[in-house]
Amino acid sequence: MHIHKLEKVWLIIGTVTLIAFLTTIGLQAFTEEHKAPPSENEIIDPEKVLETAPFDDPGLKQVGENEYELVIVLQSYSFTPNKIEIPQGAEVKIIVTTADVVHGFEIAGTNVNMMVTPGYINTMTYTFDKPGSYLILCNEYCGIGHHLMSAELEVI
Amino acid sequence: MSKILKVSKLDGKLSMAHFIVAFVSVGLAGLFGLIQTLVRSELITLPSFINYYQLLTAHGVLMALIFTTFFIFGFLHAGMSRTTGELTRGNRRLAWIGFWLMTIGTVLAALMIVVGEATVLYTFYAPLQASPLFYIGLALLIVGTYFSGMSTIFQYNKWRKDHPGETSPLFAYMAVATVVLWFVATVGVVITVLFQFIPWSFGWVETINVSLSRTLFWYFGHPLVYFWLLPAYMVWYIMLPKILGTKIFSDSMARLAFILFILLSFPVGFHHQLLEPGINEGWKFIQVILTFAVIVPSLMTAFALFATFEMRGRALGSKGIFGWFKKLPWKDVRFVAPFIGMLAFIPGGAGGIINASNQMNQVIHNTIWVTGHFHLTVGTTVALTFIGVSYLIVPHIRGRVLTKRANSLGIYQSVLWAVGMLIMSGAMHFSGLLGNPRRTQVTSYGGHEVASGWGAYEVAMAVGGTILLISIILYIGLIIYLAFFAPKGVEEFPIGELAEQNLKLPAIMENWKVWIGIAIGLILFAYSIPIIDMIQNAPPGSPGFKFW
Repeated sequence: MHIHKLEKVWLIIGTVTLIAFLTTIGLQAFTEEHKAPPSENEIIDPEKVLETAPFDDPGLKQVGENEYELVIVLQSYSFTPNKIEIPQGAEVKIIVTTADVVHGFEIAGTNVNMMVTPGYINTMTYTFDKPGSYLILCNEYCGIGHHLMSAELEVI
Repeated sequence: MSKILKVSKLDGKLSMAHFIVAFVSVGLAGLFGLIQTLVRSELITLPSFINYYQLLTAHGVLMALIFTTFFIFGFLHAGMSRTTGELTRGNRRLAWIGFWLMTIGTVLAALMIVVGEATVLYTFYAPLQASPLFYIGLALLIVGTYFSGMSTIFQYNKWRKDHPGETSPLFAYMAVATVVLWFVATVGVVITVLFQFIPWSFGWVETINVSLSRTLFWYFGHPLVYFWLLPAYMVWYIMLPKILGTKIFSDSMARLAFILFILLSFPVGFHHQLLEPGINEGWKFIQVILTFAVIVPSLMTAFALFATFEMRGRALGSKGIFGWFKKLPWKDVRFVAPFIGMLAFIPGGAGGIINASNQMNQVIHNTIWVTGHFHLTVGTTVALTFIGVSYLIVPHIRGRVLTKRANSLGIYQSVLWAVGMLIMSGAMHFSGLLGNPRRTQVTSYGGHEVASGWGAYEVAMAVGGTILLISIILYIGLIIYLAFFAPKGVEEFPIGELAEQNLKLPAIMENWKVWIGIAIGLILFAYSIPIIDMIQNAPPGSPGFKFW
């Protein structure tokens, strides 16, 4: 099959660029902590979320010197808890699940963004360096009150 | 050179029926789209009998599933008739059965949306549960396409039988590739609709495996975008050279690009599920790698097209490195509309690479950036290419001509589309980066300071949406004119000829069994273990919810 000389050059440049991109994201995802996309494998009975630990007692818990766990239950159309205060600089493991349909957990303006699908627990770890008021919102359609589903996170 | 230059009368009727459904869909969906931008920007509120998410469901279903599928099959049937000869009576009958099944399915699904039994958006994620009739409507739509697709494949087989030892027409080859891609892709959605959604929505089973249904949906959902894109590539590869007055740059590379799409467009669905629990991060990354591989045939396409443009410009006596650009037919809507579409694919494709970049997806996932992305790719690249084609194919079928005045208005309409989309999609991209979510009625969040920064972008989207609806109205007006009122005559259905440097095609290129076999191998490799895991280690299933 005949391939034009310039086409070969073009395809080699393109492919090498793609490989460079892949290597960069691959190295970051698999060598640095908390950088891979959230892929938790732990399951939960979606109809018994409110009776299952840790979701029977959601909220912020200190687990280390500057480390916290933040457990949140998502339901159409609320986050429980929906007002959270976190000390500045804390490393927080956010642990979420849903008691009904699919939701999306997003802290607007940060990289905290994960799908919350029934039957699974999902987690992300994030360090809150900047003080201020953060907006937590649901970014997956979950019914006609979807746009009302939000919570506030204060870093102080 | 082929002796058959026209789509036969009966085949023209068949195509036209498909186009009518497509045009009606685009008109309605465009109107809904504008209303959505007006609601989001809080310029209007909807009357109580219409819900925002109901309109959003209708917009998505009509644009992404109905407009595209009907237009594509209308286009494929016309092109097959033009390049392989009039469809045989049996093949035309198959295509008509397909058309009616698709139409009945569409009407059923649309009815369920209208009566408020299916406000689940076009992705219909479980465990939101619509009426079983909605899922049956979707199933009929897909079953219909199987009849239509078989018509295309049988017509191609007949041509090859009648022309032993010859290379098939490029159009027919690419049409078969598109149909094959569609057949393999729809397996996922057919399984989930038939074996998960329908029994569950009837109440025959109580719960559904949500992760499995999402995985099967996205196994279909990503090749779906290539199903939209391939017919646009057909226009670029086959029709544009003829419109420019030149020949096809490389027949074999064009076919190779299509083969690569068949091989690589399936094992990539996880890049829509990167932030989901229940899928191992290693398998996600494998599919990210395969996603990057499917960029290569698009790079090949970009090269072939710009090479065609440059060679044509130089043949017309252009000077300097970029002089050829001025020599392109800027006053011919048949070129200008697809060309704008092609340009939109440069940022569109780049955005797609960002979306699929594993952890980088966190920045934009489910923000309105994604909506901006596919309004560039399918909403501009594919849509403007189809629009450009309809300006010649509708008068061709109807025995009329594209008049000078309709041509200039068509250019005006295409430019309006591009401007509207630039504003709307641009605002979506920028505010998406700031976290503005997609699929959300209003985004004020009780006046939270983070959300207050999105308001101006929402207004820009409404401005873009307004320009787009004006463009759509002009388009539909022009199409009605070209179908019923334009002067009678013969409008060419341009099909490019091969340049002389094209050598004979290696026989393996037409051996579909080999390529489908490799494609299935790749699918099994990328999906078997994660899907087995999803079934074996499944959490208890979910009952249905009707939150509307």
